[in-house]
Amino acid sequence: MCLGVPGRIEEVWEANGTRMATVDFGGVRKEVCLAYVPDVTVGDYTIVHVGFALTKLDEKSALETLELFRSVGLLDEELGVTFDAR
Amino acid sequence: MKYLDEFSDPELAGRLLEEIRHTVTQPWGIMEVCGGQTHTIIRNGIDQLLPDGVELIHGPGCPVCVTPLETIDRALAIAARPDVIFCSFGDMIRVPGSSTDLFRIKSEGGDIRIVYSPLDAVKLAQANPNKQVVFFGIGFETTAPANAMTVTLAKQMGLDNFSLLVSHVLVPPAIRAIMDSPSRRVQGFLAAGHVCTVMGMSEYVPLVEQYHVPIVVTGFEPLDVLEGIRRVLVQLEEGRADLENAYPRAVQPEGNPAAQAVVRDVFTTCDRAWRGIGTIPQSGWKLSDAYADFDAELRFEVTDIVAEESGLCRSGEVLQGLIKPFDCEAFGKECTPRMPLGAPMVSSEGACAVYYQFRRIAAPVSA
Ligand code: SF4
Repeated sequence: MCLGVPGRIEEVWEANGTRMATVDFGGVRKEVCLAYVPDVTVGDYTIVHVGFALTKLDEKSALETLELFRSVGLLDEELGVTFDAR
Repeated sequence: MKYLDEFSDPELAGRLLEEIRHTVTQPWGIMEVCGGQTHTIIRNGIDQLLPDGVELIHGPGCPVCVTPLETIDRALAIAARPDVIFCSFGDMIRVPGSSTDLFRIKSEGGDIRIVYSPLDAVKLAQANPNKQVVFFGIGFETTAPANAMTVTLAKQMGLDNFSLLVSHVLVPPAIRAIMDSPSRRVQGFLAAGHVCTVMGMSEYVPLVEQYHVPIVVTGFEPLDVLEGIRRVLVQLEEGRADLENAYPRAVQPEGNPAAQAVVRDVFTTCDRAWRGIGTIPQSGWKLSDAYADFDAELRFEVTDIVAEESGLCRSGEVLQGLIKPFDCEAFGKECTPRMPLGAPMVSSEGACAVYYQFRRIAAPVSA
């Protein structure tokens, strides 16, 4: 319940004066309320908690963070660790 | 899915781990407050990949787990009424009350609906004018904007058959309580990223200053968690205690002002009991006076229901990071996700359930 899930805004419409959207969560689509994120539009990524979008994912800083991770750890050495990525 | 795969890249994780190994020279205890992060850590075995001596202590950040028994019993009393449609998030359904749970009340004929969004409960109230619709509004700061919106809308629409049973808990007072505890082993915190997405970061400044403890706002994917751990460790090794944001793609320092405005209008701060831990001052939200008409506890007169917690379940110690789930005698025996004794075994974010799912085999045999 408490987990926020990132998804992509596919469609935006208005219902009783409230902005709503269809958000795609990696194949699963859900109806999401945009009342708290007035500036998001179709194509944006957003974090959704229990049917409400809480923020627009900032693509620039996502890329910067990944870039930072790539620069970390000087050598491409074999670490011998197994890491269970999904 | 964008921003999920990238942030669980095994190669980059290896680099972050290597960096962490270079950083650490002595043992440290770090608490991840949020159950979502506990899930990521145990699922990916992050705690086992860290250098010896770096311990992750799982905090009380699962709202299902900390919702007090008393509140569950009040919810059950309301849900059993024939005139009520009781709506809840799915993870509350199996949380054990003193003598029953929502699932059993449903099987005995109670009208209990699992909703994905609190808005679905408002729609149910509109569609069923001759029923009382109650929504069980629990959670941290992350679900508060959604829960608050239900009564804002109900008030606007003049829905007199909708009410909210509120048991909201707040992260900063929990951090304070952990720092004030004499038995604490925590030296640094991963703050829950999405809580800060809503509330911003300013509430953590006094904590960092008063307790000289590093707090790093951290996301939920494996790389996010590793980066949060790395940053806390760098601070600890340097003797620094700063507030840092390791999750800038989703957290602005000021948070979400629109959400804060609605939350502050609908809720007011109150003392709150945390299941297994006890009352933490000013650690929760309840409905403000302006919305008291929508308070299910008052509407259904359940405030005199009180409850004592069972002695067998050691969830309080688990939630404070004093023991690991498998240190509890009942873990995996009397207590399993199918037959939970305590709330941390119920929710997929609960420490006991996460260990049960991913660590049963690794659990040491305790005498
Ligand atoms: S294993 Fe079960 S009984 Fe033991 S602390 Fe966890 S929830 Fe409570």
